[in-house]
Amino acid sequence: MIKHTYERIGETLYEETLENGLRVYVFPKPDFGKCYAFFATRYGGMDTRFRLNGQWLDTPMGIAHYLEHKMFDTPDGGNALMKLSAAGASPNAFTSSAITGYHFECTEGFWENLRTLLEFVSVPYFTEESVQKEQGIIAQEIRMMEDNPGRQSYRMLLESLYQNHPIRNSVAGSVESIAQITAETLYHCHEAFYTPSNMVLCVAGNVDPEQVCDLAREILPKEAKAPIPRDHGQDEPREVNLRENSKVMPVAAPLFQIGVKGQPAQDGPGCLRQKLLGDLTCEALMGSSSSLYSKLYTQGLINSGFYCGFMDYPGCCFLVAGGESKDPAAVRDAILAEVERIGREGLDQGLFDRMKKAAYGSFVRGLNSFENLCVEQAQAYFEGQDPWTFPEIYDTMTRQDAEDFIRTWFCPQQMTLTVIRPVEDPA
Amino acid sequence: MLPIYERTLAPGVVLRAVQTNKFKTSMLGITFLEPLAEDTASLNALLPKVLRRGTRNHPDMERLSAALDNLYGGGIEPLIRKKGETQCIGFWGSFLDDAYVPGDSRILESAASLLGEIVLEPAGEGESFRPDYVESEKANLVDKIRSEVNDKLQYSLSRLRSLMCEGEAYSIEKLGSEDQARAITGEALYSRYRDMLATAPVYLYYCGSSDPDRVEAAFRAAFASLPQGQRKEIPAPVALAQPKGEVRRFSDAMDVSQGKLTMGFRTGGGSSDLDTVARFMLFNAIFGGSTNSKLFLNVREKLSLCYFASSSLALSKGVLLVYSGVEFANFQKAEDEIMAQLTACQTGDITPEELEAARRSVVGSLRVSLDAQGRLEEYWVNRFVTGTAYTPEELAEAVEKVTLDQVVETACQVKLDSIYTLRGKEG
Repeated sequence: MIKHTYERIGETLYEETLENGLRVYVFPKPDFGKCYAFFATRYGGMDTRFRLNGQWLDTPMGIAHYLEHKMFDTPDGGNALMKLSAAGASPNAFTSSAITGYHFECTEGFWENLRTLLEFVSVPYFTEESVQKEQGIIAQEIRMMEDNPGRQSYRMLLESLYQNHPIRNSVAGSVESIAQITAETLYHCHEAFYTPSNMVLCVAGNVDPEQVCDLAREILPKEAKAPIPRDHGQDEPREVNLRENSKVMPVAAPLFQIGVKGQPAQDGPGCLRQKLLGDLTCEALMGSSSSLYSKLYTQGLINSGFYCGFMDYPGCCFLVAGGESKDPAAVRDAILAEVERIGREGLDQGLFDRMKKAAYGSFVRGLNSFENLCVEQAQAYFEGQDPWTFPEIYDTMTRQDAEDFIRTWFCPQQMTLTVIRPVEDPA
Repeated sequence: MLPIYERTLAPGVVLRAVQTNKFKTSMLGITFLEPLAEDTASLNALLPKVLRRGTRNHPDMERLSAALDNLYGGGIEPLIRKKGETQCIGFWGSFLDDAYVPGDSRILESAASLLGEIVLEPAGEGESFRPDYVESEKANLVDKIRSEVNDKLQYSLSRLRSLMCEGEAYSIEKLGSEDQARAITGEALYSRYRDMLATAPVYLYYCGSSDPDRVEAAFRAAFASLPQGQRKEIPAPVALAQPKGEVRRFSDAMDVSQGKLTMGFRTGGGSSDLDTVARFMLFNAIFGGSTNSKLFLNVREKLSLCYFASSSLALSKGVLLVYSGVEFANFQKAEDEIMAQLTACQTGDITPEELEAARRSVVGSLRVSLDAQGRLEEYWVNRFVTGTAYTPEELAEAVEKVTLDQVVETACQVKLDSIYTLRGKEG
């Protein structure tokens, strides 16, 4: 077992790789009564085409999310969600484009709850009947998202940014695509991706790290399997798929998102640095402390709901800025004009230094959440990164780095604007 | 047991401070309590937004943000909440705890002082706010009220509350109404501000590593110029014990994919005392407040009618709301099943397993709140607003003691008052 100590942020982390390939992380938290466990597989909405037992399989859009729902059914006819919550835990699960994670939080019965988690995620049990029954529930989840303008805008943004990359896939799929899912396909997906060597277990709480590993050894399959080849489509061009896109929904005022498509760095540490620099640069360019933000806010072009940030998934990364605006195109144009001004005059050194300080503070504040710690750690493991070295990475970042980032990213052909328009808006 | 200290700094000005080393952030906040009223709700909601625009020393957002960035990316944000029939107006601040600040380690005093400056020293000439700040935040408030329609579930619940509780203060939403917001003048706002500063009960809150004496000194210094004198009592809600008459039905049509079914119940009067709260929390967890609840198990899992079907309590006001997202064609089926499950609770059709599962879920979530700064703050503000002071541990103990008979008796007090549905447009 490896012990990592991160003195600058006051964190300790134990790491172990089991014989079956499962990576285990434990954050000891002696002052806390609650424990949190996160068990995740590197399998999400974008992994619909893969090779299993020598054969390429094309699976329906939304299947990883469907599988997440059905994993809670246990062979004894019970349901793990009920079992965990009956034991006082708060269990849940989510599927993103890249991962599926199952988690619970509790203040009592941690070991019994961890046993339940490891068992239900590793033992699939589906019948045609139970798979059918879930369709009604997930169809309503999809309908709910269809009525959510923020979600719809984000989907349109991804479809506008990318031509080929499966980040375009809707994680939940559509009512039509999920109708094709059968028990057999679900078993194939589980066999391919829910194998310990493709998974990670992260725990935070006042627990013994060795005991976590022992329980995982006892419950999970013994053998380590080779990674499954996945097809994420043809190479993605630098340029966006569509420069503009819009749709009408029952909203009060236009909602917009601006996307900026980037080129992912070559390796894990490079991607981490790119992410930290990307977030920092976004803040310096248009975050709430920037002169651009003040200007747009004062002109009534944005309100306090405006946000911006860096997103990354395997094989793709992009910036998103968005909010509500009476004139979304004017916001985009103002960002481009500010990019040009910074190109001429450079970034203000005082602002850049303050942004570094603020970014450090907000990263440390994020460590309060066990969920955040464990989910970050799991994602970073899949990406080959060590996220807790951020103070050292910030030390090496210069104003010049941020200026270079702005120059290479913010080109009109790499940017897209999506707008959800109100029904009565004639434009 | 987390130590919480209560100090009365002046008549009607109370500080509650939780001292703990376990978080990486300190949280501090100020809340003014006002009775929800049609003519003041929008004025009150606008106040913190205008105050947050700038102070005498930091006259615009850019300079205010720079001051916060220098405190390691701290945040001080306006916060408006509706608790029963009380409007809570104020700010919450979140800062890096002194233990994680490199070098000189005293953020608390600077943070409290900045908070005091924002509340007490607004930018503006003499006895007025800056007119441009008032106008721009007024426009933002109107937009914010209008955009409530974007979230179809929240919109439906808000419609239900206003229709069911017509004529009661509870029907007023926390931001007031679009008409009231539009009618605001700078003079009216400033006079409301002076009145609130002088007469509203004030609740100060801190959670972090500093000892209560230091916290008290920091708050006393920061709020030294708060007007002295007698303040109003904490407002008390007026709760109807019974529905007004026959069940009332309301409905709107909109261009949506999924229908929303919302049902409002009266709980036999409002209450905040420890034992009643414990009984209702347990009843609610059995009925619709947890993943083991009758609504989740039957409306979702058994009948596959929806993705969510839940209930939530506003006990001080004596109101229970049930909500679900369903196909338009299934409104009646879902309503019948929800009523059948309430009847099951009222006739004692509750298994010992259900009772214990619900109890573990309530107790678990109360205990977890001790380990989550945001939830702890929410817990304590609820206590303050209802004039109670029991700890999460005491409430958890009371829940442990509730019997099945008491749950049934509690369920029998719940009576359906009104139903609101959001449906699609014809054709």
